[in-house]
Amino acid sequence: MFKILKYSFYDLMRSRWSYLYFIFYLLLGLILLFLNRDVSKAVITLLNIILVLTPLIGTLFGIIYFYNSKEFTELLLAQPIKRSHIFWGQYFGISLSLSLSLVLGLGIPFLAYGIFQSTEIFNFMTLLLIGAMLTFIFVALAFNLALIFDDKIKGFGVAILTWLSFAVIYDGIFLVLLLVFNDYPLDRFALGATLFNPIDLSRILILLKLDISALLGYTGAVFQNFFGTNLGIILTFTLLNLWIIIPVLAIKVISKHKDF
Amino acid sequence: MLLFIIVSIAEAGNVNSTVMFNHSIRLTILNSQPGDTVFVESGTFFENEIRVDKPLTIIGTKGTIIDAEEKSFIFEITADSVSILSLTLNNVGRSYTKDYAAIHASGINNFLFENITFNNPFFAFHIEKSKNGIIRNNTIYGNAVVEYNSGNGIHLWHSSNIEVVNNNIYQMRDGIYFEFVKHCKVNGNISKNNVRYGLHFMFSNDDEYNDNIFENNGAGVAVMFSKRIYMRNNIFELNWGTASYGLLLKEINDAEITDNKFSKNTIGVNAEGSNRVNFERNTFVNNGWAIRFLGACYANKLQHNNFMYNAFDIAYSGNINGNQFDGNYWSEYTGYDLNKDNIGDIPFRPVKLFSYVVSQTPETIVLLRSLFVDILNYSEKVSPIFTPDNLKDNLPLMHPSP
Repeated sequence: MFKILKYSFYDLMRSRWSYLYFIFYLLLGLILLFLNRDVSKAVITLLNIILVLTPLIGTLFGIIYFYNSKEFTELLLAQPIKRSHIFWGQYFGISLSLSLSLVLGLGIPFLAYGIFQSTEIFNFMTLLLIGAMLTFIFVALAFNLALIFDDKIKGFGVAILTWLSFAVIYDGIFLVLLLVFNDYPLDRFALGATLFNPIDLSRILILLKLDISALLGYTGAVFQNFFGTNLGIILTFTLLNLWIIIPVLAIKVISKHKDF
Repeated sequence: MLLFIIVSIAEAGNVNSTVMFNHSIRLTILNSQPGDTVFVESGTFFENEIRVDKPLTIIGTKGTIIDAEEKSFIFEITADSVSILSLTLNNVGRSYTKDYAAIHASGINNFLFENITFNNPFFAFHIEKSKNGIIRNNTIYGNAVVEYNSGNGIHLWHSSNIEVVNNNIYQMRDGIYFEFVKHCKVNGNISKNNVRYGLHFMFSNDDEYNDNIFENNGAGVAVMFSKRIYMRNNIFELNWGTASYGLLLKEINDAEITDNKFSKNTIGVNAEGSNRVNFERNTFVNNGWAIRFLGACYANKLQHNNFMYNAFDIAYSGNINGNQFDGNYWSEYTGYDLNKDNIGDIPFRPVKLFSYVVSQTPETIVLLRSLFVDILNYSEKVSPIFTPDNLKDNLPLMHPSP
């Protein structure tokens, strides 16, 4: 598994897409800091970008990589290697390289700007960690979809739909439900519903650290009591980890039964 | 330790005689003549229920402490022209039926209370039906925890023409409380960590408060049922919590709110039933809501204010707008300025659809800053349906006004 991980990682590190992704984040970080001159403001802007972009790039990159390396994968399948090791190797290779682009690309400008002198260091670290976790989650989802759909076009379509549903549609339905059941006590429902969407979960975790004043309304207090405590933070990260572990295990199950 | 009191009978500035009365302030005051000046030496006096019923000046020095040992009140003043200066008053009694105060004044005229330090007072100043006084340079340290068994720092009732200047008030129920108080000035005070309000106005007309700092109070500053109030150069900050705001306006007419700074409050200004209020040159930074207009707010004017980095700039309920929002700076404004006159060429709509949604269903706040909400806000911005069509800034500034 590690050999395959190593090869796909090096392969990706040499590809220009990784560089592009890295340079994009580097420029983004530099421009944000140049425009804002205030690390805490830059962290808030970054939050929006990371929450939208890392899942999108993770999904697209994952599915493109899978389809492009299909011939190589079939060659590997002919060798006496466990199926799960092949796909896990590729999965971790791509997730690691994407996360590395993100962490380095944003880390360098913020380091250069002196985040360590700022009190925002912890928030920034959480943000990068969450960006990396979202990458892992969505690449795993993309791999599952690619394994299920042999047809490229279908695979792409469903992958984009998956991203869209987590990023937009889920929240839309959530909002409509909240509005429809306006007359009932909803804070527990709202709390529960965020747990089932990794993007929402990450957003609220960061928001409670940053934008606290607005959230601390009536509902905010309920959330603060839940997410603000150590238990809440541990639970959030456990859930995010589950969002990685379950699709990764699913890769094994699906690949085992797949007829190539 | 020196423990004695000197009564000086002062005539045109000359001290004529000196009397000592058995280490008791109460006895000394009982035996003094109207117009006397009582000098109290340094030391701790365990006394309470000191009644001042004639014009006197009571002056302490550094280290003059009067301790009521949590029994009853300390001073009760019922005469005109009383001055009390430079004392430390400790441990006033707590009561659920009586408003015990360190200094309780009733129906007096021309008074001065200066340089007094209060520790653990139930009420520090409780002043009723009085006129023409000055309360200056006092420091009040309470230890209020809950509302029902704590008192106010400076409590004025049915009074007029009183100046409350440069006092520091910490951890009382209300820092400053005004009810039926007219023509008063509240300047340069610091009111912090109070359980309920930093400043609380009820039914008080024609007052002004300037240059005060209100920080980290339970619910900020409340101004209710009052007319012609002037608020200038105050700082409202860090009023965070479930029902917290920098400034609450309820049934306020014809007020001026200028040059104030609201930062890091859950709600900067919460206005309800407020008419003809002018907001000018205020700065709203990093609040959850900068200004929230609830029902029945008409003919208010917002001009030259800076709205920066608030989660919501304006929340507004109802879809008729009778207020003016022209000529402010909004950090979220994305328009352009072709002729470089510092006025944006396209109007800005400060009410987002999402803030409307949140005011309908507060739980939806969990979707703050999600992509879906951004899309929602954008579509509302392009063609407003839920927010009043004319609620917009026609002359948004490109740069914050200083």
